[in-house]
Amino acid sequence: MIRPAPRTAAAGTASSGTSQAAATGTALRIEGVHKAFGANRVLKGVDLAVDTHQVICLIGASGSGKSTLLRCVDLLETIDAGRVVFFGHDVTSPAVDEILVRRQMGMVFQSFNLFPHLRVLRNITLAPVKALGMTVADAGEEAMALLARFGLADKAHDYPDRLSGGQQQRVAIVRALAMHPKLMLLDEVTSALDPELVGEVLDVIRELAAGGMTMLIATHEMGFARETATRVVFLEDGVIVEEGPPSQVLDAPRDERTKRFLGRVLSAGRM
Amino acid sequence: MGELGVGAFSRSRRSRMLRSPRGAVVTSTASTLVVLGAVVAAFLLAPGSRAVRATYFNVHDMWRAFIGDPHEGFYSVGRGLVVNIEMFTIGEVLILVLALLVALVRQSKSPVLFPLRMIAVAYVDFFRGVPLILVILAIGFGLPALYLPVVSSQSAFVYGVLALVLAYSAYVSEVYRAGLNSVPLSQVASARSLGLRPRTAMRHVVLPQAVRTIIPPLLNDFISLQKDTALVAVLGAVIEANRAAEIYSSTVFNYSGYTVAALLFLLLTIPLARFTDHLIARDRTRRLAGAT
Repeated sequence: MIRPAPRTAAAGTASSGTSQAAATGTALRIEGVHKAFGANRVLKGVDLAVDTHQVICLIGASGSGKSTLLRCVDLLETIDAGRVVFFGHDVTSPAVDEILVRRQMGMVFQSFNLFPHLRVLRNITLAPVKALGMTVADAGEEAMALLARFGLADKAHDYPDRLSGGQQQRVAIVRALAMHPKLMLLDEVTSALDPELVGEVLDVIRELAAGGMTMLIATHEMGFARETATRVVFLEDGVIVEEGPPSQVLDAPRDERTKRFLGRVLSAGRM
Repeated sequence: MGELGVGAFSRSRRSRMLRSPRGAVVTSTASTLVVLGAVVAAFLLAPGSRAVRATYFNVHDMWRAFIGDPHEGFYSVGRGLVVNIEMFTIGEVLILVLALLVALVRQSKSPVLFPLRMIAVAYVDFFRGVPLILVILAIGFGLPALYLPVVSSQSAFVYGVLALVLAYSAYVSEVYRAGLNSVPLSQVASARSLGLRPRTAMRHVVLPQAVRTIIPPLLNDFISLQKDTALVAVLGAVIEANRAAEIYSSTVFNYSGYTVAALLFLLLTIPLARFTDHLIARDRTRRLAGAT
């Protein structure tokens, strides 16, 4: 059974990453996860461990299972076999209230998914108020601090459709951070952006990484993965083909399939 | 230039005239006058025109039906319309609530609610399939005939409103459902990923977006409801506009009271129709603007 951890200032605030350094260990362990949609077997036995303060980048072609894996970790999909262990708790057990688990993970989607009918500030404070029971004033104050930190303070009272894609995605990240997640799951968060807006979103992620945030990131940005990732994991056809430090996986891949994938990325000019 | 001579791409004179702003106004005015003139001429020149005008468009009778005369035994169509307005304002509020409940039950996934889901489906199928006038008759005359406590001792007005609410909630619940289904699943996923409970996600994320999209179709159903309140006349005891006109015509043997009722209903429904158009246009502009 997982219970919401007492949200002390030290454990909660993503900004003060160093304060989390005391607690190192395994944040997430994915064990033999299988997931199929009908006859389409998307994940075929994935094992992966993420330690606290690590940044793991999942790379692989579209359809390789990156997004599905992230959705399984966030318990948005029910897995067919295997386990997801989150800070020592088997969160895929039927006894677990998945809603309480999701409150400790932050997920950011490719298409931002901001709530279009709510202003930026309310987008961010909705979950802290409705899920954690914070007062509107406290949640608002915290949200304003987060917005200010990422240069979005002047957008607090705008509706999402007034913002650029990059700004929307940064707001989506802030919205996830407002729940004080212990793990961030980023699902190709720059793939829907115009090229000139990618940088501002990556900067936010870099800052989170520098602050010690534990992250599992599905991405096509190889340069970003090389510079930020603790480890790079290459997924193909629902299995992990190769994983290791970026210098190894990206620059000296051992597996033929990894070489082939990176070759294609290179010829597309994306490296 | 090749083989394309001067004026190879010119419009015809006629087409140019139609496209100029002044030309468009002149043309549309002229064509409107021609069409209207033809309709009026057909009406006035018809063999029975004089009789029809005397029976349906007698100004004296129209006025008498409008104000009513208790001494002559007939009611005011104008005052009757107030009853229609009461029926649909009370009805609209109840419909919005009942239809939402039905829609939410139908959208629910919990196995506990399975029997309720079946009832909701049967309810919608039944009331969408049965003509409204039969529903009004069945409830208005059926419920009192049961001699049940409370249920059988209501006024005809209450039975009329109840019939309208039952019939229209079936339609409106489908409108709600379409609205709920129009909210992208990605919105639900992002609400869930934030750790919101399904009920909270429905109330604060899905429903507000659904309601926004269904306002025009909802108003469209309410335009129908406004005029369908006239069907409650079949119960006899509710003196709304249509019933007042009926009484007038059977007392004086002149149908001009119905014309008054028709005009009054138009007076109610046309503004709402224009307002609905305005909302649709605004929504369209906003969506097109959002797409760029």
